[in-house]
Amino acid sequence: MSGDILIRADQLSVGFQIGKGLFNKQILKAVDGVSVEIEKGSFFGLVGESGSGKTTLGRAFLKAVPITGGHARYDDGEVQYDLAELAGPQLKDYRKRAQLIFQDPYAALSPRMTVRDIIAEPLEVMGLTGSRAETDERVREIAARCRLNLEHLRRFPHAFSGGQRQRISIARALVSDPKFVVADESVAALDVSIQADVLNLLKELQRDLGLTFMFISHDLSVVAHTCDHVAVMYLGRLVETAPTRTLFHAPKHPYTKALFSAIPSLDPDDRGKAQKLEGEIPSPTNQPAGCKFHTRCPYAVDRCKAEEPVLEHADAQGHDVACHRWRELFGAD
Amino acid sequence: MSSLIDVENLTLQFRTDEGLITAVNNVSFSLKKGEVMGLVGESGSGKSVTAKSLMHLNPRNAVYGPESKITLHLDDREVDVLSLQKPSELQVVRGGAISMIFQEPMASFAPAITIGKQMAEQLMLHGNMSKARAREISVEMLDRVGISDAHKRFDQYAFELSGGMRQRAMIAMALSTQPRLLIADEPTTALDVTIQAQVLDLMKDLVDEFHMGIVFITHDLGVVAQTADKVSVMYLGELVEEGPVREVIRTPAHPYTQGLLAALPKLDDLGAPLTPVPGDIPSPLERPSGCVFHTRCARVIGERCWTDLPGRYDLDASHSVSCHLYPEGEGA
Repeated sequence: MSGDILIRADQLSVGFQIGKGLFNKQILKAVDGVSVEIEKGSFFGLVGESGSGKTTLGRAFLKAVPITGGHARYDDGEVQYDLAELAGPQLKDYRKRAQLIFQDPYAALSPRMTVRDIIAEPLEVMGLTGSRAETDERVREIAARCRLNLEHLRRFPHAFSGGQRQRISIARALVSDPKFVVADESVAALDVSIQADVLNLLKELQRDLGLTFMFISHDLSVVAHTCDHVAVMYLGRLVETAPTRTLFHAPKHPYTKALFSAIPSLDPDDRGKAQKLEGEIPSPTNQPAGCKFHTRCPYAVDRCKAEEPVLEHADAQGHDVACHRWRELFGAD
Repeated sequence: MSSLIDVENLTLQFRTDEGLITAVNNVSFSLKKGEVMGLVGESGSGKSVTAKSLMHLNPRNAVYGPESKITLHLDDREVDVLSLQKPSELQVVRGGAISMIFQEPMASFAPAITIGKQMAEQLMLHGNMSKARAREISVEMLDRVGISDAHKRFDQYAFELSGGMRQRAMIAMALSTQPRLLIADEPTTALDVTIQAQVLDLMKDLVDEFHMGIVFITHDLGVVAQTADKVSVMYLGELVEEGPVREVIRTPAHPYTQGLLAALPKLDDLGAPLTPVPGDIPSPLERPSGCVFHTRCARVIGERCWTDLPGRYDLDASHSVSCHLYPEGEGA
């Protein structure tokens, strides 16, 4: 990859302890040894089914869940942090550099606060502005970028439609002038006609403000259209990562192939052509041995059941895949 | 094929503190036996309310227009759905001849009663059968929708099943009474794509096997393309376009349908910019005059669009559109 790396994760793991008592302790590994690099100024997509650990990975990068193994380095040119060790004043500083946009704009906004107060809250909490006038100035500036006008700022969230609410959420996330923004399923709750509008706005903001986005989504066609680079997760593991075009035109992991194949085609004559994946994602507390995907993989052989594949380079342009058989199966694609 | 259900001039308003809200306005369509109709629209378009009207299942503050008529054609009789009042009469459209599956199966199963008990209960109510027979049929149905260990699952609670399993169980429950019409309200929206593909496949098999009609409510045009025979597109309570799935998706006639298709990210052309439908969906309290879509329409042709409600125009025998771009009434 060219360019500067904003976040470099190295064997990053996040585990949660479940069950109580001395003998009943179990560790649920939501993210398991993920190594990934997010380039500065990129739109990085993260896809996978529910339970794949994509949200947890996003939260780990925001230091919103404890990192239990490995490292993640953040370097925006001004500061360098090791996210696993981050604490105290440095953590406070990181909070304004890394922000989150939530999925559901109906749940994410307090119904008792005006839009102005919602957007201004991060500034006040983090003490980023000196006076009320300065706060107002900053709120107005970011609101205008998110296509909200002065009239909107005086109102309460209930007066807004889904698309407008999501623009308010975006304005709140960006008001502290972050460098890194995690958008977790940020358009999933929106109607199609509105979704495109919010996606275009995110792209525009990324360009104008030089942001780095991590875009978490289960909707592959949305990811294909917005992201520069995509990583696919399955059961806490990274199974494939590549620049968007490469990934969509020549996926090398059977899981990625199956995911693409499952997207309902807009062509009514395509019916029944999809390659179907049997079964469901296994529970993270009871993970299969070997390659985690072998229970559903149509190409699984004995080796897959015993030995876990490691992420290896499929080409020199940043296409990595973790599969024992990618070379013989899809190497020629 | 004969008609299964006819909806004529369905108008539905809700009495609220802010006044009467029009949720559905003068919607007519009919569905044949074994036909799958996709009902497409954004939130607030009135698609769920329309479907619920088929079961006469709207809240007490709902007011049906005087000319609204829904007729369900059964083998031995015709049922005027909206005239049903007593619970005993309503049974025929609520779980009897019509079943419904919902978007979020976790919310639709009672959490403290086993899956099996809920399945058996409705069979005993509608099919007048013994407990043992109801259990037998339920287990058979669970097995049929691809749930392994059906005997064991029968005695489990909804939280013990995964999302995909729950939706399968929901489908098994809805189909065990052998309904003539199935209403599926966003049945796959909460599921992952791989599980969605499995559930859609299952539904297609079941239509062939049981030969029932399906009203498939969804906002996903891809899902419609993969399942439906015909499509009805709704916007703010109006039926704006209706036709066979191939025609509507390949040659959409209404600017709204065209906008919806253009807003969809397509996988075969990653470089193509996304074209949103401009503006936001108006609040139901501020229903636009004239054509309800004129506030967001890219092809407004003049004053008529904001004063007159467009009539229905038949593009051909099965494809019709309501828009001033087309001369009302005449057909090609």
